[in-house]
Amino acid sequence: MQYLLSVLHDTFELAPAEEMAAIDVFNDRLRAEGHWVFAGGLNWPSTATVIDNRGDGEPLVTDGPYAETKEYLAGFWVIEAPDLDVALKLGAEGSRACNRRIEVRPFFGE
Amino acid sequence: MSVAEAIVRAHRDEWARIVAGLTRRFGDLDVAEEAAAEAFAVAVERWPGDGVPPNPAAWLTMTANRRAIDRLRRENKRDDKQREAQMVYDDSPPEPPGPIDDERLRLIFTCCHPALAMEARIALTLRMIGGLTVPEIARAFLVQETAMGQRITRAKAKIKAARIPYRVPGATDLPARVSGVLAVLFLVFNEGYLASGPDSDPVRAHLTAEAIRLARLIRVLLPEDGEVAGLLALMLLTEARRTARVSAGGELVTLDEQDRGAWDAALIAEGHRLMRERLASGVPPGRYQILAAINAVHTSARDVRDTDWSQIVALYDLLVGLDPSPVVALNRAVAVAELDGPEVALAAVDRLEAGLSGYHAFHATRADLLRRLGRGAESRAAYDRAIGLAGNSAEVAYLSRRRDSPPA
Repeated sequence: MQYLLSVLHDTFELAPAEEMAAIDVFNDRLRAEGHWVFAGGLNWPSTATVIDNRGDGEPLVTDGPYAETKEYLAGFWVIEAPDLDVALKLGAEGSRACNRRIEVRPFFGE
Repeated sequence: MSVAEAIVRAHRDEWARIVAGLTRRFGDLDVAEEAAAEAFAVAVERWPGDGVPPNPAAWLTMTANRRAIDRLRRENKRDDKQREAQMVYDDSPPEPPGPIDDERLRLIFTCCHPALAMEARIALTLRMIGGLTVPEIARAFLVQETAMGQRITRAKAKIKAARIPYRVPGATDLPARVSGVLAVLFLVFNEGYLASGPDSDPVRAHLTAEAIRLARLIRVLLPEDGEVAGLLALMLLTEARRTARVSAGGELVTLDEQDRGAWDAALIAEGHRLMRERLASGVPPGRYQILAAINAVHTSARDVRDTDWSQIVALYDLLVGLDPSPVVALNRAVAVAELDGPEVALAAVDRLEAGLSGYHAFHATRADLLRRLGRGAESRAAYDRAIGLAGNSAEVAYLSRRRDSPPA
C-alpha cells in the first residue's frame, strides 16, 4: 500500500542545513527499511504555472499556483507501508525531521 | 425466558463477538455490520415460530456468515484474494503479559483509532461494539439520522481506504491506545450523565448504561490495566448517584444536597471493591483511578458532613500533578473551600479566569463561593453568567434557584 506524505509549509523560508541533514537521515532509513518509493522538494509556489486544456481552443496558461493559500505543499514522500499505523509512524518521524506538519494520505488501493 | 428476552440477551451478549468474527473472516466492517444486523432480523422473524435454538450464539454466527457470503457473491466484484486484502489482519497473539486475544478487542482498537475524528470513534464504537442502531445513536447525540449514518459510513470507508489495521497494538503503543479507547467511553458516559443539549433529558440512562457495559467488557479483555479498572470504578460510583442527582421537578441536585439513602449500594460496593484492588496492586494510579478514588471518598461518607475533605484535596493534588488543566484546578478549589474556607478557594478560583471564563462551572463555582462570603450582588452576577453558558436544562434550573435564594 502506498501513502503520500505531503509536507505542509507556511513560511517562505528555506529549510536550514540541520533540517536538510535530518531529512537525509530519514530518507536513508526509508530506503534501508524498504519504505522508499519516491520523494521530492518543490520550488516556491510562485514558480508554478497552471494549465487548462479542457476547452476547444488553445490551452489556457495562468501564472502562479492553482490556489492562493496560506499553506502550500513544500515537498512530499511517496512511501510503501503495510497499514496506516506504520504510515503514521513514518509520517511522525518525517514531520520531526523536516520540522513541518505532514498530511498522510493513502493512494487508491491496488 | 420469552423469545423476545432471548433475542435481547443474545443481542447484548453476542453482537460485538459476531461483528468482530465477521470482520476477521471477511475483512470488511461494512459486510460484518450488515450481516450481523440481518442475522438478528432473521432471528426476530423465525425464533417466535421455530423456537429459540439450543445455541443462539452459534445459530446467529452461522446465519450471519451465510448472509455475508451471499452478499459477497451477489456483489461478485472481488475475488477471494482481494477480499483478504481488505483489512490488515495481524494474527500474532498479543505479547504476554498483554491483553487477552479476543476478536472484540481488535474491533475496539479499530473503531477507536486515533486517525478517526472523535465523534466518528464514538459513533462507530456504539454501532459496532455496542450494537446500537444508527437511529438510536443519532437520537442520543441529537444529530439527524442521515448525518449520523454518513458519519459512520465515512469512518468505515476511511478504515478501508487508508488501511487502518484490525489489530491489538503492540506493547509500546498499547497504553496510549488504551487511553484513547477509555476517552471514547468516558465521553459516551458523560454525554449520558450530563447531556449537553438544551432540551435533552438531564440524564440519558441508556448511554451511561452502555458506557458501563463497554467498560466492563474492556475490563474483561484487559484485566491488568489499572486505568480500565479506574474508569469502570469511576463510572459505577457516578452512576450509583444518578437517581439522586435530578429532583422530581427536573432540577440538578448537587452532591451536598443529595439523598444518600437513594444511592445504589450495589454499584458503590462494586466501585469500592475495584478501587481496593487497585490500591493493593501498588502501581501508581492514573487519572481515572484518582478520579474514582475521589468518588470513593464521597461515596464512603454517609452524611456530607462526614466527608474526608483533606483526603479529597490530597487526591486532587495528585491529579494536578498528572493533569495541570484549569478544570482540575477548579475542582480542587471546590474541595479546598470545604477544608480551608471559601475565601482561600475564591482566591484560587479567580486565578483560573483566563482559561475558564467561557466555562459555566467556573462561574457557578465563583457564584457559590461569593454567596457563602456574603457578597450577594457579585454572586448573582456570576450565577447569571453561569446560566447563560450552561447547556443542560436541569443545571439551568438548579443555578436559577440558587441565584434567587437568599444568601446562606
